[in-house]
Amino acid sequence: MRIVIAEDLALLRDGLIRLLEAHDFEVVEAVDNGPSLLRALTVQRPDVAVVDVRLPPSFTDEGLRAAIEARRRVPGLPVLVLSQYVEPLYARELLSDRGGGVGYLLKDRVANIGQFLDAVRRVATGGTAMDPEVISELLSKRSRSGPLRRLTPREREVLGLMAEGRSNAAIASRLFVTEKAVGKHTNSIFSKLDLAPSEDDNRRVLAVLAYLDA
Amino acid sequence: MAATARGEAGRARLLGSALLATLLAPLALALLALALVAAVAVPVGVGVPLALGVLAAVRGFTGLHRRRVARILGTAVERPYRPAAGGGLVARLRRAAGDPATWRDLAWLPLDATVGVVLRLASLALLLGGLGCLAFPLFWPALPASAQPYWVGLVPVGDQAGANLVPLQGVVVLLLWWGLTPWLMRMDALLTRALLAPTERSRLTSRVRELAQTRAETVDTQAAELRRIERDLHDGVQARLVALGMSLGMAEEAVARDPEAARSLLAEAQRSTGQALAELRQVVRGIHPPVLADRGIDGAVRALALRGPLPTEVEIDLPDGRLPPPVESAAYFAVAEALTNVAKHSQATRAWVRLRHAHGRLRVEVGDDGKGGADPGGGSGLRGIRRRLAPFDGTLELASPPGGPTILTMELPCESSSPRTSPSSGTA
Repeated sequence: MRIVIAEDLALLRDGLIRLLEAHDFEVVEAVDNGPSLLRALTVQRPDVAVVDVRLPPSFTDEGLRAAIEARRRVPGLPVLVLSQYVEPLYARELLSDRGGGVGYLLKDRVANIGQFLDAVRRVATGGTAMDPEVISELLSKRSRSGPLRRLTPREREVLGLMAEGRSNAAIASRLFVTEKAVGKHTNSIFSKLDLAPSEDDNRRVLAVLAYLDA
Repeated sequence: MAATARGEAGRARLLGSALLATLLAPLALALLALALVAAVAVPVGVGVPLALGVLAAVRGFTGLHRRRVARILGTAVERPYRPAAGGGLVARLRRAAGDPATWRDLAWLPLDATVGVVLRLASLALLLGGLGCLAFPLFWPALPASAQPYWVGLVPVGDQAGANLVPLQGVVVLLLWWGLTPWLMRMDALLTRALLAPTERSRLTSRVRELAQTRAETVDTQAAELRRIERDLHDGVQARLVALGMSLGMAEEAVARDPEAARSLLAEAQRSTGQALAELRQVVRGIHPPVLADRGIDGAVRALALRGPLPTEVEIDLPDGRLPPPVESAAYFAVAEALTNVAKHSQATRAWVRLRHAHGRLRVEVGDDGKGGADPGGGSGLRGIRRRLAPFDGTLELASPPGGPTILTMELPCESSSPRTSPSSGTA
């Protein structure tokens, strides 16, 4: 899988390169600033990009804006954004084109290598990977009122994992239940929230996120 | 039409002002006389409370005139006095006597009763004279014939036909009243302001006092913030890193002997790093929220609204470029605190934030549709906001009638800087 990395701190950049190359990713370019990132993304057209939010020259959300701009020019270009903090506002901006193939994770999550690689692969195949912190903020905001209150605790758990971008199979293994049981929960969630059911995992996730962020 | 209506309203107000001030003028003389009596009586002792009472009355009286004059001039006339502090009667009198504003008040009393009264009477006399001339033909028949011819102004009047011409003169006099009154009343107002408004010196003195106070508060707040950050780092991140080091050390020892134990120690170490990072994020957010650094006040307030528990509408009208970073930071924390207050106390179902920059001032409004009745004086939240705004000469106003809505309005003087002239603000 061809991958572009944008990270300005050499220590972390080298770590990411080593980690990804050890797991059969081909790092085609590693950049350390916003303008180079935009160029690399549009020229290399990688299968997926792993991007730090804060990059030179401005040391603001340059990486995020380069990623969004690249996705505007190359619709659906898979981008996984990493950050020292998560901001629901940024998640909303990343998701706003409804294209899928988007991830937004805390940098801490890289430490859990299995889950991190899973997120990279998921994004590369058009899926979504949202940090649990973003999801819990969205959930707590929405659950003060409205239909979210009608969900059972188990259904809320499933909804949270689904919003992070996990498939039924992944949710099932995470909660130690069968995939069929998860399917039952998701059907119930969709009918309680009045969302159109969908067999497609990715489209389902986007519908849930759009609902939560409305 | 509208202009005429406004003009008449202005004349009516000036007329009211002139009448009121003229009727009150004897009070000015009475107060002056009382002040003299009190001054003579001070050595006897009873004069001290008497003098304090008279001075309080004088301040009330001059306060009334400050407000009257402010309406005429269209600008506020501030109180010039030094702030009162406690102490005994004698100490208070001594302080009042040491305040030049006291003497200026006293000097103004006779001036108002003479020059001021003349100016106001001139206006009133023109009005009454004009009206009298208009009505002259009506009461001409009632005048005793023996006194004829009557002199009305410069014109002798000998019969009804002559009397019928007097209203023409009345029109001229009323025109004079119309034209001269604003000028006369303005003279009166300027005279009053000259003595009752703070002098440049007293204005500067009180400004210095205010600056010294806000500076001291700012230094205290900063120091307290630094202590809090130190404590957070010490109890949080540092402790976690120590635990992390211990876990890793123990894992290293165990790795050959008991690989299973080593693995669980490593897992614990990983959890520790996660927690340390989470705590660091909290600390950083309290110092300078990253989204504020990224997006400026605009994006940061939108992000706040998105995070809060209430649906919050955001309306922002700011010039291109960034505001000075310290102002952005103060405004951000003020909005954050205000929204926290709304969520905690107001029982509101929705809130709104408005930011506008105009005439060199940033105006921030935070409102909610809650139950109202918030206490403008109390609440550590409001005090915190005041402290944050004070170093910038920011102001805070709370309108919270019972039943709501509650609206908190904050204003910060500041010029916006274009990104070109301020590269440190880091806008791209």
